[in-house]
Amino acid sequence: MKDYGWKIILAAALLAITSLAGAVEPIRIGSFLSVTGPASFLGDPELRTLQMVVKDINAKGGVKGRPLELIHYDTGGNAREALSFVKRLIQNDKVDLIIGGTTSGDSLAVIPEVEKAGIPFISLAGAVDIIEPVKKWVFKVAHTDRMAAAKIFEDLRKRGLTKVALITGDGGFDKSGREQLLKLAPEYGITFVADESYGNKDTDMTPQLTKIRSSDAEAIINFGFGQAPAIVTKNMKQLGINLPLYQSHGVASQTFIDLAGAAAEGVRLPAAALVVAEQLPSSDLQKPVLLAYKKQYEAQYGPVSTFGGHAYDGLMIAVAAMERAGDADKAKVRTEIEKTQGFIGTAGVFNMNPTDHMGLNLDAFKMVEVRNGAWKIVE
Amino acid sequence: MRRIGFFTFAVGVALLPALFPDNYFVMAVGVSAGLNAILAVGLNLLMGYAGQISLGHAAFFGMGAYTSAILTTRYACPSLIALTAGLIIAGVIAWLLARPILRLRGHYLAMATLGFGVIVHVLMVQATPWTGGPDGLNGIPPLNLLGWSVDSDLRWYAVIMAALLLAIGLSLNLVDSRIGRALRAVRGSEFAAQMLGIDTGRAKTQVFVVSALFAAFAGSLFAHQQSFVSPDSFNLTVSVELVTMVVLGGLASTYGSACGAIALTLLHEGLVVFEDYEMMIHGALLMAVMIFMPQGLFIGLSQGARRLWRLKNKASA
Amino acid sequence: MPEQLFQFLVTGITVGSLYALVGLGFAIIYNASDVVNFAQGEFVMLGAMTAIALLSAGLPLPLAAIVATLLTVLVGLLLERFAIEPTVGAPVVTTIIITIGAAIFLRGIALLLWGKDFHPMPAFSGDRPIHLGGATLLPQSLWVMGVTLLLVVLVRLFFNRTLLGKALLACSFNRAAAQLVGINVRVMLRLAYGLSAGLGALAGILIAPITFSSYEAGIMLGLKGFSAAIVGGIGNPMGAVAGGLLLGVLEALGAGFISSGYKDAIAFLFVLMVLFFEPTGLFGHKVADRV
Repeated sequence: MKDYGWKIILAAALLAITSLAGAVEPIRIGSFLSVTGPASFLGDPELRTLQMVVKDINAKGGVKGRPLELIHYDTGGNAREALSFVKRLIQNDKVDLIIGGTTSGDSLAVIPEVEKAGIPFISLAGAVDIIEPVKKWVFKVAHTDRMAAAKIFEDLRKRGLTKVALITGDGGFDKSGREQLLKLAPEYGITFVADESYGNKDTDMTPQLTKIRSSDAEAIINFGFGQAPAIVTKNMKQLGINLPLYQSHGVASQTFIDLAGAAAEGVRLPAAALVVAEQLPSSDLQKPVLLAYKKQYEAQYGPVSTFGGHAYDGLMIAVAAMERAGDADKAKVRTEIEKTQGFIGTAGVFNMNPTDHMGLNLDAFKMVEVRNGAWKIVE
Repeated sequence: MRRIGFFTFAVGVALLPALFPDNYFVMAVGVSAGLNAILAVGLNLLMGYAGQISLGHAAFFGMGAYTSAILTTRYACPSLIALTAGLIIAGVIAWLLARPILRLRGHYLAMATLGFGVIVHVLMVQATPWTGGPDGLNGIPPLNLLGWSVDSDLRWYAVIMAALLLAIGLSLNLVDSRIGRALRAVRGSEFAAQMLGIDTGRAKTQVFVVSALFAAFAGSLFAHQQSFVSPDSFNLTVSVELVTMVVLGGLASTYGSACGAIALTLLHEGLVVFEDYEMMIHGALLMAVMIFMPQGLFIGLSQGARRLWRLKNKASA
Repeated sequence: MPEQLFQFLVTGITVGSLYALVGLGFAIIYNASDVVNFAQGEFVMLGAMTAIALLSAGLPLPLAAIVATLLTVLVGLLLERFAIEPTVGAPVVTTIIITIGAAIFLRGIALLLWGKDFHPMPAFSGDRPIHLGGATLLPQSLWVMGVTLLLVVLVRLFFNRTLLGKALLACSFNRAAAQLVGINVRVMLRLAYGLSAGLGALAGILIAPITFSSYEAGIMLGLKGFSAAIVGGIGNPMGAVAGGLLLGVLEALGAGFISSGYKDAIAFLFVLMVLFFEPTGLFGHKVADRV
């Protein structure tokens, strides 16, 4: 019996030594996402995607023979926390690259710190300000709100509608979207006849919509995410407002349809191709990528959202850059990310260059409409 | 005795970065804890000594921060002048608000301060041309102290800790002053204090303003240290957290509130690794501490230590 | 214009009924213990989330509502027994921080049980809007108003007509005296927490079809309910109801006529004004200072 115990200890020690000797230093990917709080709608699928893809890559032997290690902190959508955790990632966890910043506020807050530290940062948020003007170390993979605004206006123009009512929430995503809409409207000959707002935790938006009802609006745009746009959609139905309703890409997921129920019928919004992957023509370059990601994600977690897709794009762009750079050296990886060309992601085809750290064009967005409880492409 | 405590605290704070150079938990968390401690020490003057609750203290914190942010980014105003402006604005608003608001008692006062905090927060979110809206203001320059630019983590640590020591020193002195004694009388019974000839309204107004000044001061430093401000840092949750820090540490104790602030900041940093379980553990710990140490951590722990000490002595005797 | 006004009022009263129910819960616990229970909003959330979970497990609505309410009452009792009772005699702020801790804890549990998504709940009697003199309202709004009215009447009867209710009320006036005349203050405390939790849960179940629910849904409702209880004069259950209705209508009118962005600021400015002129709320009893 005693002998037996000794043997186990010896074996364990041997195993520990050999595994230590053979262990390769992992590549550390740092991440800070808004997994809880008002933007958990976005942050939660992002984190799941990162975890899923990292596991997948490691199962296939890692990057250049080194496994990936994901270190994640939840910011709760609070920019102060975001900054503090980015410091922790850089100083304490010594990560090689950072992917994250679910909300624009979180992303903008950490830019000075990543620029100072000189570490590649791929943001998952929407605001144009993140990459304009171009910052050396900062990239982004989500569509900008300006693109969403342009896509909505294009569709309005096609339908010959010019008088529009606007209703937005009080979050960063909402406000920044509103700003882009107002800025871009004259270019498309659109005039806003109402400009209402609500609190993102409000339970009823009928007063605002009642005001809109008495305006001469021909269509309504609601820019926001979370449950509020679903309440707006239901309240519109309640008040008997039968105007075309445009939502933003912030609610491009099955969850929105589930929450708004029958009221969601006919709602249009600009979305990444992910939500309508099956409907794409088979000649579409993105289709195989989209279907593969969708299948893998839904097998583990339930309906995909385009936000999880952003995390996928960000991580895969980073991995491709590391493969090209040959290692995880921060400066080399940064240069390689900037050279990303023809990368087919879930959000579109990325072509970055030193003056464009996002590399998506308007084609990346599809105009979709809810028909019979599902998203359908309208072109 | 009091001097010894202060001195030990100062030496400890100074030694930490030497013992753990370039350590995230000292440099970054320390700065965050220090700022919270300044806020808590200030709020404790109002809550602990004057017995007046405030659920809107984040508003004054925000006023300091936003004044500094707006003046330095929009008008290239020197940071010290911006800081002073923040103090003046917060002080004047606190003074104007104090008389009507401090007539209220208990939960009514809690409600009124909460309402004030919500109103200020709504302004931060909605007055976009001034405040930058929900995403706030970016690109705030480093604090410049007469030519010395505070732009590294170590320098920030030094500045925040110096500010904390200043805050603690001021608080200790204030408590021992005439105002401090008047305040304690107010906390005991305002009516009785009035009978003794204390101008209770005046005493309460003074402490409310001082407490707001502490918060605005911390706010200015915070804005420069973060280099951005956004409304989330000054919402109701923050106000509630500040009250929690003061009570958790121990009401009516300057060191207690500093302890509470540091403990809660560290707790958050420590629990974040539990991800989805963080919230549940956080709530459970908060309840447990208050159930088992209703007088707060500072008194609870020091009593516990004393008891242990006595037990040990008994055992050896 | 009058048409709009009517719509705003309908909206305001629906939302206000909800604030009233939550405010009522605050008032009851305050009466029994002088403590503002910051976990009141979490009772609302628990009621809604449990009911949604039971519905999706196949229970019929009435049964799901009853079971969810009972489970929430149980949570309220457990909270009282294990977190509030051990600290009887501690400073009031200590107890308040305990309730804040409880709120965070319950939110954390809900997060683990039901995730971070918003969950929809089907309306009790369909989504077809009812037209009422130019305004429209959902059948669910009628449910909210009707059940609120019923509960308010029941609570009032309970306090005015039953021995138990009167005993509970006695605790709020003078706890020591209540104890002396043979009222078991501990039992009263449990009763108060159970009752508040039940009212909160019902409020949650009523509103979930209109607003959906998530683990964080209780925060905002708790805040509004607290405001309602204070405006009405804390400790006065009917005051809380009036305060809630007033707040709801005010928000709707503020959003409709002044500015939707600033409507919360408008509502709270009003609350501040009320307190400046009536320092103990609209219907609060003035308490003399004990020296």
